[in-house]
Amino acid sequence: MRAYKPKDDVQAKSYYTDRYYVSPQVPKQTPESDEVFNADLEAIKSKFDVSDAYIQVEQLVIFINASDIYGVLEFMRDELEYTQLSEMSAIDWLAKDNTFEIFYQMLSMNKRKRIRVKYFIDNGQAVDSVEKLFRSADWSEREMFDMFGIEANGHPFMKRILMPYDWHGYPLLKTYPLEGDEFAAWYEVDKIFGKEARDVIGPELRDTAKVDRYDSERFARLGHEVPKGTKITGNEPKSDQNYQEDGGVFLIKKFDKKDSVVIDDPQR
Amino acid sequence: MAQVKNRLTPFFENITFDREDNEMILNFGPQHPSAHGQLRLMLHLQQEMITKAHPDIGYLHRGMEKMAENMIYNEFMPTTDRMDYIASSSNNYGFALAVEKLIGLEVPRRAKVIRMMLLEINRLMSHLFWLATTALDIGAMTVFLFAFREREYLMDIIEGYCGARLTHAAIRIGGVPLDIQDSFITQLRVFLDKLPQNIKDYEDLLDTNRIWLMRMEEVGTISTEMALSWGCTGPMLRASGVAWDIRKEEPYELYDEVEFNVPWSDKGDNFARYRMYMEEMRESAKILYQTITMYQKCVKDGQTELMAHSPKYISAPKIDIMTQNYSLMQHFVLVTQGMRPPVGEVYIPTESPKGELGFYINSQGGPYPYRLKLRAPSFWHTGILTDLLPGHYIPDVVSIIGTTNIVFGEVDR
Repeated sequence: MRAYKPKDDVQAKSYYTDRYYVSPQVPKQTPESDEVFNADLEAIKSKFDVSDAYIQVEQLVIFINASDIYGVLEFMRDELEYTQLSEMSAIDWLAKDNTFEIFYQMLSMNKRKRIRVKYFIDNGQAVDSVEKLFRSADWSEREMFDMFGIEANGHPFMKRILMPYDWHGYPLLKTYPLEGDEFAAWYEVDKIFGKEARDVIGPELRDTAKVDRYDSERFARLGHEVPKGTKITGNEPKSDQNYQEDGGVFLIKKFDKKDSVVIDDPQR
Repeated sequence: MAQVKNRLTPFFENITFDREDNEMILNFGPQHPSAHGQLRLMLHLQQEMITKAHPDIGYLHRGMEKMAENMIYNEFMPTTDRMDYIASSSNNYGFALAVEKLIGLEVPRRAKVIRMMLLEINRLMSHLFWLATTALDIGAMTVFLFAFREREYLMDIIEGYCGARLTHAAIRIGGVPLDIQDSFITQLRVFLDKLPQNIKDYEDLLDTNRIWLMRMEEVGTISTEMALSWGCTGPMLRASGVAWDIRKEEPYELYDEVEFNVPWSDKGDNFARYRMYMEEMRESAKILYQTITMYQKCVKDGQTELMAHSPKYISAPKIDIMTQNYSLMQHFVLVTQGMRPPVGEVYIPTESPKGELGFYINSQGGPYPYRLKLRAPSFWHTGILTDLLPGHYIPDVVSIIGTTNIVFGEVDR
């Protein structure tokens, strides 16, 4: 039976997981365990909805509504001294519940604290741009769009940033294939000779630089090549490689490699 | 229909002059030698003055975040070398630290000291490289040769340690793979003793050099607000009036035990950034002297451990693997399947030579990170060119790109 490959997440999977294995959790603390974080959280809670908050690895994580993001970041910047947006991006949860998780990594230099603001959006939903608050979001949001296809409303230049403008697909989605089209090697064979000739002809060599690492005989036999399948005796004559077409080339009447002079000395 | 008329002009068949103003669009890079890698800048010019700048990146994009999602944690370590390839141990370290925080590992003291030595050597290498290339861009060939000569000594020391000169992969999750070689400290001492004179040589050549001053002073001024808004970190931020150094403010490793200053300036121009790099080299040397003492104390106290002891995540020492069956089995599982950190997420910033290098890891308990975001400082230091370049002249572009110290392995990832 062919192994089942889920289409919604084609990324590498562990080939073996013990069925009794239970993953441990990175410990979480309540926000009350840190005075500064608690005060900040209360301030944010007084104005906006906070659905969940905890401290993990010395940083506060809060979950808010997607529509509040501009207000929350503005409030944090102006009132709570979180003056820098270090990083923002998305996490793909499409396979789990068809959502994206967006996170904003905020830094307060005066308090020496970092808060991660998070929210969920549905597939196809756009986020509100915070580029007006933090110029660094200009490129971050473009990168997020480039990698996940999540658009930011109000962004001045919503174009791809790392991938070419005409690229198809969004590379960091879990559905994005890890290798090229496996059927492409048969396209031309099927079209010209028909499917039944596959066994005779074999797949098209699409990687011209490919070296068959298990071919210990034809490895590095430049100038002594034999047709594929021929038994190699070791006494093959040196084959002159003439790359000239049968009908001759423009301006060259008769080319014979043996009669021509090869100039080795460029300083002659 | 001005275009039609112009198209008939005999000498300019393919060029249409449909603009009324004098605006010219200049493509700077991506193969320009002073673009420091693969930066393409689209500059709108009014005479020689830049009115609009549009940095275009992605020419070195290798999809490292995607690669990380499909590699076991230890496998990804050599890939991080290729981010900031001028100081690759800093990237190794940032990643190792993030995974250690995720697992909750405590690294042995001797390994910490060796890591700090490597980090500071990398900082010196990076700053010397910056000085050399920027000076060359401005035309100071002598400084280039001097700085590369010194960098070569450091590369030799690093090569003696890990066998590589650029892509070190010298740090492991949980510690360091090797103790430093016998000649390490002697060589480092020789280098450090010479360094103050070397730095003075560079400064004598540059500090009062008229050309250098004209190209640097009051060029590319970044205000504090602009630097904060654009997410600038490291020397870029410190030159703009914010004395923020993660080593000092959120100390990791043993940076709280060593004494060093955080140089800063409120000028924000190219010259301030140049001064930042020079002063930071002095501070790095100061830290390195202290780590040598710390290392010798470790030796004296008989602290020989180099890797954390955590059989679930870290392979046992080689001697155990070769003699004990269970260690061998665990090693086999860790190499073939990879470690499985707990479910959770971390964002760990470190002070790399370029600025704040952060690793965000979201682990779902599998051997592959579910999401790994690389926060590379140069990404925003390139972005700021959009706002920084307008109002400057074409020659200033070269000196501004120089002082932002961007490395494209890190910008494009």
